[in-house]
Amino acid sequence: MNLTAVLTLLDQAEQDLATGFRTAAEGHAEEPDIHDICHNLAAQCEGRRVALAPLRERYGSTDTGGAADRLGTRVLSEARPGPLGLLRDLQDLYVQAAFAELTWDLLQQAGAALHDRDMLAVSQRCAREASIQQGWLRTRSKQAAPQTLVLAR
Amino acid sequence: MVDRIADIWGTRTPHAKGTRWPVRVDTALAEGVSEGDVEKWVQSACTLCSNGCGCDIAVADGRMVGVRGRAVDTVNHGRLGPKGLFGSWQGMGRRRQNRGDRLTRPLIREGGTLVETDWGTAMTRIVDRSRTLLEERGPLSHGFYTSGQLFLEEYYTLAVIGKAGIGTPHMDGNTRLCTATSAAAMKESFGSDGQPGSYEDIDWCEAMFLWGHNMAETQTVLWMRVLDRLHGPDRPALVCVDPRRTAVAREADVHLALRNGTNQALVNGILREIVHRGWVDEDYVAAHTCGLEDLVATVEPWTPERTAEVCDVPADDVRRAAEIFGTSDRVLSTVLEGFYQSHQATAAACGVNNLHLLRGMIGKPGGGILQMNGQPTAQNTRECGADGDMPAFRNWDNPRHIAELARLWDVDPLKIPSWSPPTHAMQIFRYAEQGSIGLLWISATNPAVSMPDSGRIRRILASDELFVVVQDLYENETTEFADVVLPAAGWGEKQGTFTNVNRTVHLSEKAVDPPGEARSDLDIFLDYARRMDFRDRSGRPLPPWSTPEEAFDAWRDCTRGRLCDYTGLSYDQLRGGSGVPWPCNDEAPDGTVRLYSDGVFPTASEAAETYGHDLLTGAAVSAADYAALAPDGRALLKGADYVPSPEEPDDEYPLRYTTGRTVYQFHTRTRTGRAPQLQAAAPTMWIELAAEDAHSLGVSEGDRVRVVSRRGHIVAAARIAGGRPGVVFAPFHYGARGPDADQPPSSDEPTAANELTRTQWDPVSKQPLFKFAAVRVERLGSGDGPAPAPTTTASAPVDPAAVPPTRGRGGVVVREDIAPVEPPKAASEELS
Ligand code: SF4
Repeated sequence: MNLTAVLTLLDQAEQDLATGFRTAAEGHAEEPDIHDICHNLAAQCEGRRVALAPLRERYGSTDTGGAADRLGTRVLSEARPGPLGLLRDLQDLYVQAAFAELTWDLLQQAGAALHDRDMLAVSQRCAREASIQQGWLRTRSKQAAPQTLVLAR
Repeated sequence: MVDRIADIWGTRTPHAKGTRWPVRVDTALAEGVSEGDVEKWVQSACTLCSNGCGCDIAVADGRMVGVRGRAVDTVNHGRLGPKGLFGSWQGMGRRRQNRGDRLTRPLIREGGTLVETDWGTAMTRIVDRSRTLLEERGPLSHGFYTSGQLFLEEYYTLAVIGKAGIGTPHMDGNTRLCTATSAAAMKESFGSDGQPGSYEDIDWCEAMFLWGHNMAETQTVLWMRVLDRLHGPDRPALVCVDPRRTAVAREADVHLALRNGTNQALVNGILREIVHRGWVDEDYVAAHTCGLEDLVATVEPWTPERTAEVCDVPADDVRRAAEIFGTSDRVLSTVLEGFYQSHQATAAACGVNNLHLLRGMIGKPGGGILQMNGQPTAQNTRECGADGDMPAFRNWDNPRHIAELARLWDVDPLKIPSWSPPTHAMQIFRYAEQGSIGLLWISATNPAVSMPDSGRIRRILASDELFVVVQDLYENETTEFADVVLPAAGWGEKQGTFTNVNRTVHLSEKAVDPPGEARSDLDIFLDYARRMDFRDRSGRPLPPWSTPEEAFDAWRDCTRGRLCDYTGLSYDQLRGGSGVPWPCNDEAPDGTVRLYSDGVFPTASEAAETYGHDLLTGAAVSAADYAALAPDGRALLKGADYVPSPEEPDDEYPLRYTTGRTVYQFHTRTRTGRAPQLQAAAPTMWIELAAEDAHSLGVSEGDRVRVVSRRGHIVAAARIAGGRPGVVFAPFHYGARGPDADQPPSSDEPTAANELTRTQWDPVSKQPLFKFAAVRVERLGSGDGPAPAPTTTASAPVDPAAVPPTRGRGGVVVREDIAPVEPPKAASEELS
């Protein structure tokens, strides 16, 4: 079943996203809201991994390799400097959060096909949470954009 | 004569539920001045807190010599509190002092020091810099940081200048520090800012919940109204949520002295009880709300036991509080800084809204919500769009709302910055720190003391790159960093209107001339606009008005059809009688006591002030998602799980620090510190420790202690008080320099409470969080006598014998007249 590969993929995706949020939190600690919220969001990602664990146990997990390789952007492991750097980091995180959200969505489909109520419930909740994370990334980067693109030196 | 320093709330006039609150007229006159000496009484309302007590200013020899409560006013029924009695008029004084005198001439910086100059020179300097920045870098180079203490006309003028003249989104008020969460919570739950309840609800309620609201000290006259019910024949139950043992806590049936930083856990716990024990008004919830299912799921884990563990309060007290809320017929809640300046501020304030919605307890006599304000005119900062809002509760994200404003002002809609929410205060200072804001105009506020991590704020203000304009009554910590200082006229020296917590609009007339060359803030803003030559599309000057009354009339047009409808109000109508609560229009010509009696909320997409946010992260809900949700007049039940605050105590910083207020002072003491009676009652900084903590630290009453956080430290005398163990309290009024010239700082050590606070804000309201930091306390040595903290309030010593009681010191004669006339009627009267 390809499902097992996707379960592993999703776990990695959440792990990468959590790492990315923590990188942004520390790298942009001068922006107090970024620092606090990104740490909270990283904790949410870890929480989703915990929610995923029983499914991975039930269905097993395999090396993803080949067709289900992890997302082709690099993990955000070092923050970029300055206001423009912040905007770029938020963009990277947005892509990663979108990837996680879509993957949860796919899992929801699988849950329906398998009649697995747990999988349905977990993936629905997690997809929604990941989508709110995207929403925050969009909100925060839109807020920063005018000053950054037009004025920041 | 009564001593209203010792007896803060004055003589009781108890009354029964559903009867009108008796009148008691409080009068204060300067020593040696009799009523016969008063040449005229000039109508106004007090501006030393958000209560908005109607008063008349006594004038003799062209000076303010006293004040008297207005018996006809529905807000205070003649009463005034200590700040109003002593501080309002004496705080405007021109007594010659070594320093801290009123500003009477503009100042400009020459070779590093501020020197006196004339208005033309000062304004030219501002306009030159402003023009250069606009040409070189555009409107986003300008930031405005205003107050909760100007008048409606002044905020609206400033909003039009900023949004239509310059076109900058960088405008906020210090209301961000005091009431942003109040507005945010109402927007999230009800679709718009706008107080649902009324003070009249106190006369009707059967239970009252004060959520993080030390009303006895912050709004003394409102507390008198509560006391007169508590001492009446059918006492309402009282529940107090506050880590300190306040005067409210001492009167309470249940005092939930929770750990600061855990409000959200408590609210979730009570919500769960309401659900589990079947106290939900199913019909109301089905007809008038949406979001129940998600809310129930969110609060489900919060059993009384888990709540009790996180908040460190007895589980039975959680149950009892829930039972009072769930079973009383008329429940009134008030919410203030203990929630607004705390971790998860908006979520917790929305939690209180949720409780009322679940019980259908909104918009009915005695059943309502008062999301309080701190400052006297904060409501107007919000309404007029001088903070992070668009005028008249319009939604920046709704192009039709922006088009309305563009039509009203006759400007290109694109000129109005509406691409994102208006910039909040903390972000404005961040942009100034990064150098992208080059001109910061500060009016009637003292951020060098009142903002979190004040050391950082001072560094930002001191930067050579930043041009700072400060407009104020007095020199203060912030004027020290100004490039131009403009002397402003204040209360009693200019005309204008303002609106209090329960939407009541008052007219404040000019009683005396301002000192020297000082000008009203309205005149200053208009002078700037004229010199900048701002114009609308037809070539008319922008803003087109030049007097307060013209500005008010323009504001009425701006509010037409909005929730805060002022179209039925005029200066003439506000003269002589009581203040009038909006909405006031053709349908409600006498104003409106409470909103949402019909259960219809301004949540339809077209009406809403916001499409809302996720309460945990602040992620904005898009217009499309909001439309899909289709609240269409139903209120929104929005929940959030509790998350621990980002700075929990540890071995190095084991105590929980919180900041707050005392009854005798307001803000950074600009006015109260100049009233000798108030200043003597609470003269200098102190630190409050719980008896248990003091004992283990070896600290006794009056010892000098140092409080240290990750940001800095402060030094002051310790008061051993009755608060919960593990919590350290500091009043936020005391900056580096006081208005009290005769009391120079006792040492060079920092004393301002915000040296220790963390730069951190709520994700939705963007209100800075002053109620939480991890600290440690070190004993430095013994002091000279007890700490200078009042004994009459929350700072009362555990050992009353250890400290002489706080007493008045004369100089002003205060009188109370009990029930000289019948009580006034509320606008939509239901009392007999
Ligand atoms: S309660 Fe507030 S408005 Fe009323 S007198 Fe006291 S300070 Fe002034």
